[in-house]
Amino acid sequence: MPANRFNGYTDYGVGIGLRIPHYRHILTKKPVVDWFEIISENYMIDGGRPLEVLDKILDQYKVVQHGVSMYFGSASDPDPEHLRRLKQLVKRTRTPWLSDHLCWGSVDGRYTHDLLPMPYTWEAVKVTADRIRHVQDFLEVPVVVENVSSYAEYHVSEMTEWEFLNEVVERADCGILLDVNNIYVSSQNHGFDPFVYVNAVPTQRIAQIHIAGHSKFEKYILDTHDHPVLDPVWELYARTIERTGPTATLLEWDDKIPSFDEVHAEALKANRFLQGAAQPPSEPAKSHELEGVAR
Amino acid sequence: MSELLELQRRVAAAIMHPLTRNETMPRRRRDGVSNTSEAATYIKPNDRLSSFERLEIYNRQYWFRLYSCFEEDFPGLKAVVGAQKFELLMRDYLTDCPSQSFTLRNLGSRLESWLLEHPEYLDPRRQLVLDMCRLEWAHIEAFDEAENPLLDADDLATIDEHSLLHLQPYLRILELQYPVEDLLIALRSESGSGDASSNNASAARKTRRVRRVAALEPEHIFLAVHRHENSVYYKRLDREDYLLLKALLSGASLGNAIETAFVDSVIPEEDRGRWLQQIFTSWSALGWFTR
Repeated sequence: MPANRFNGYTDYGVGIGLRIPHYRHILTKKPVVDWFEIISENYMIDGGRPLEVLDKILDQYKVVQHGVSMYFGSASDPDPEHLRRLKQLVKRTRTPWLSDHLCWGSVDGRYTHDLLPMPYTWEAVKVTADRIRHVQDFLEVPVVVENVSSYAEYHVSEMTEWEFLNEVVERADCGILLDVNNIYVSSQNHGFDPFVYVNAVPTQRIAQIHIAGHSKFEKYILDTHDHPVLDPVWELYARTIERTGPTATLLEWDDKIPSFDEVHAEALKANRFLQGAAQPPSEPAKSHELEGVAR
Repeated sequence: MSELLELQRRVAAAIMHPLTRNETMPRRRRDGVSNTSEAATYIKPNDRLSSFERLEIYNRQYWFRLYSCFEEDFPGLKAVVGAQKFELLMRDYLTDCPSQSFTLRNLGSRLESWLLEHPEYLDPRRQLVLDMCRLEWAHIEAFDEAENPLLDADDLATIDEHSLLHLQPYLRILELQYPVEDLLIALRSESGSGDASSNNASAARKTRRVRRVAALEPEHIFLAVHRHENSVYYKRLDREDYLLLKALLSGASLGNAIETAFVDSVIPEEDRGRWLQQIFTSWSALGWFTR
């Protein structure tokens, strides 16, 4: 597969999210970590400790920005102040790519601060792709969009989630942050085969992969990011890596955060799959892919 | 109107509507709309959850996230109004003033003005509630506002009575009727005492908190909320300090600010020169003057 501006991060290895409870450990012990992912909004400020810590981290580690409130799928226009501050941070971090979610979350200037699922309609494809293009042009950095976990589907949807994702990224000419935990969570909540999803995504656009833990409730699964990664998610990860070859991978752990060493050790389990995939991606399609086609 | 925009407005209206007392999505909204039929028109049910139940997951997530953030920002306000009333205050404030910012940091930005229009949350200790709200919002601003470059020796040498002295954007000055900073420090220190796992300790802490609030006597104070080496501090000011800083912040020249500070001052005229020298030395050391 030819390298492009989205899938060229084959040497990034395994990163973890930069979280406040780990600041002291990282700054004093200086552990070896391939890279850190930061939540952009936590650093889109004018001063204070968060920025000082970020600058120290930037001195010693590779940092990639991940946003939670761009809401590419919102029908209302983006907030210019948000974009201005985001661009300021992009200049500071020199992030090689910038990710945010394929979702909506604000309307008429009011923010839900949640990652709400899109209706998979052609109108939504157009609105979302236009907005991603606008943001990508303004920020002058490759944008990659992440699939979200969801608990609801709309009657108006005209395609599957992965078809929607594929249409949006083609029209926007952007990359993908494939969250395999989110795929698993949504597959259980909506009753689809997660391997069909993984096999349908264009590998040449996958810049990064997210792995995380989730919580099972009686009637649904919630994307809680407060557990180690569960086996079904590792299986999806393995299949993704089989298709893409080595790809920048990040473990998300955002609640009930254990020690730095515990989080890092969990993340490094991904190396089992990454190191085995040091060769070019496998072809022809494996059994999971055939299952996907058959459906 | 686009179909996407219409759908997003309808979903947002459902999600941002307050929960019931049992923290569930209400069957019927305050405006009479049935959430059951509304959800069914746009959300697909599945074999385990109805349309209503699927929408309810988002409704609950929305409020739990906002409550958690708001409580973290205003622990002092919660102590002075009481836990039960604080629950209602959060619900009503966030219903009237939903977030208009990409960051949850600004969630409390309209709280003081909203409280002034809602006396039911101020009584019976109106000024104490307002003072605590102002202190906690000032703390949030002082934590991450910009820090500009300090004045250097050349800048200092050119200062005269006509100079306009700029202060750090993170500096906030408050005139308060209660010593709420002492109360807030005590509350924070108690909540961080490390005995959270014990029910007895928790009950004792709650009792101490109630007593502390009840015992707080009015005291007219002036306070600077500022940042030093990335930590937020509260510094008591004299009346003259406060008036001088307030005048500088409003754009007065140094000469006019000093004149304002000494109106009705108890500082004898012969001591004023030394007083000015002391405060400027202290404030310079704290890094409050900037270019």
